Amino acid sequence: MSESMPARGASTLNLRGTSTPATRIIGVLALAVMTWVVVSAFFFTAPDVVQGDSVRIMYAHVPAAWVAYLAFVTTAIASGFSLVRRHRTLGFDRVAGASAEVGVLFMGLALVTGSLWGRLTWGTFWQWDPRLTTTLFLFITYVGYLAVRRIDASPERRAKRSAVLALLAVLEIPLVHFSVVLWRSLHQEASVLNPDGDVRLDGLMLFTLFSGVVAFTLAFVWLVIHRQRLQTLVDLQGTVGLDSALAARATEAVLR
Amino acid sequence: MPDEWCTTMRNVFAVARKDVLIEWRARLLLVRVLPFALLVLVLFAVALDSEALLTRAAAGLVWLAAMFATLLVVQRCFDIETADGALDMLLTSVVEPSRVFFGKVLAVAAQLLVLVVVLLGGAVVLYGVRIDAAGLVLLVTTVVTAVIGLASVGTLYGAVVAQLTGRDSMLPLLAMPVLAPLLIGASRATESAFGSQTIDLATGWAWTSLLAVFGVVFAAAGAASFATLTEPDA
Amino acid sequence: MKDLGFILLSWSVSLGSLALLALATLRRAKSLAARVPDDQKPWL
Repeated sequence: MSESMPARGASTLNLRGTSTPATRIIGVLALAVMTWVVVSAFFFTAPDVVQGDSVRIMYAHVPAAWVAYLAFVTTAIASGFSLVRRHRTLGFDRVAGASAEVGVLFMGLALVTGSLWGRLTWGTFWQWDPRLTTTLFLFITYVGYLAVRRIDASPERRAKRSAVLALLAVLEIPLVHFSVVLWRSLHQEASVLNPDGDVRLDGLMLFTLFSGVVAFTLAFVWLVIHRQRLQTLVDLQGTVGLDSALAARATEAVLR
Repeated sequence: MPDEWCTTMRNVFAVARKDVLIEWRARLLLVRVLPFALLVLVLFAVALDSEALLTRAAAGLVWLAAMFATLLVVQRCFDIETADGALDMLLTSVVEPSRVFFGKVLAVAAQLLVLVVVLLGGAVVLYGVRIDAAGLVLLVTTVVTAVIGLASVGTLYGAVVAQLTGRDSMLPLLAMPVLAPLLIGASRATESAFGSQTIDLATGWAWTSLLAVFGVVFAAAGAASFATLTEPDA
Repeated sequence: MKDLGFILLSWSVSLGSLALLALATLRRAKSLAARVPDDQKPWL
């Protein structure tokens, strides 16, 4: 029998991976807007009155931070649903996990770009101000969440434990933020230029920043869809591989 | 409904008593955790190498040592259960998960109370800390509220990592960021109780209130999540 | 442009890491998708 005929019981396999027309559109849009943002950030916008050229880092930093928080919220909501909607637990769990994976990346980028910006503007790579410190704790919390997802346990157990963690994080982060605000207020710091919004941007600069948010959000959506589908494949491979092997064995037995 | 309340308290104390008895027989707190905590205090002194700095930092160092020791106590708290499926048996019996949770928190809190008192003694002896009458009430309140918070978070996250491979290294990673507000609050309140120049007693009490809120939030969160965390994975 | 070094570093790290994650995901997805029949994939 020729190899192109599917074995009995198995469907046609194909090589399209996790892409669909929808993701291709999102991907192309993301690339297009991102290109515009980069070109505008480097060539069309002028240096800021106060920060100088270092504002060009802001066009990457602010969107990255925004997406990181978006990812955090997505993970929390998906985790909530995965605990409540028991018949779709694993589906929601995969979205929660994918969102956290991508979120960790964006949060890391926010911290790195913020640190580089700080070095240029304040002269130091780090400040113990409330927003930065809370962001750092959020990052560490994410990393812990991902560590729990990598455990060697059943998908159901993984889903449950990490969902509880994600929801606890929703409680934890405001508490951390509040106590750090109180803590730092003890030191009576003069209000420091912080990387997230005290800067006045208008006109083209504001539009570029907004475009950056759009571009990074599109990238986030694209990445989460693909990673969630990838996880589905990983989970399926565990079961399907077994099914195909069993089907192959059955065929063997009949032919013999 | 006084009956309901009585049963709840009876269950909670029964679970707590069981855990404390197991611990008492093994004497791990005495033999391992307390020495470890005191060792941490000594190592801080060696690392920081400045008596003035030590006295100033004493409050924070005490609670830092307490935090590390909590992780040891909590790990033990769940290991005793999972060894022979004891936790499953406990839960499939009549006891409601939230009561099991509170019972465990009570047992851990009792051990941590002993621990923190010893650490404070260590701070007085090793770091030259003085405790006067004015700060004593604040100190006691701080210790009680902080210990409840530590016990709640520790037990809750202990349940999250229970029976997972590699749980020993995961528990610190998960629990420490959550404990940061408690560390900040307990350290500042204790600093104030020790008679700091920069933090007056009123601010110290404000921090203690934050600790109380923290404790309540995580005790409630733990009670709510315990059922999900300990149910059999269908 | 002043401070060009850090600005380029920020952008290259950002875009580079996004591209790496995207490519790694697509590659792994392609290899796994070959082993799973189409009727099992919820998005097809």
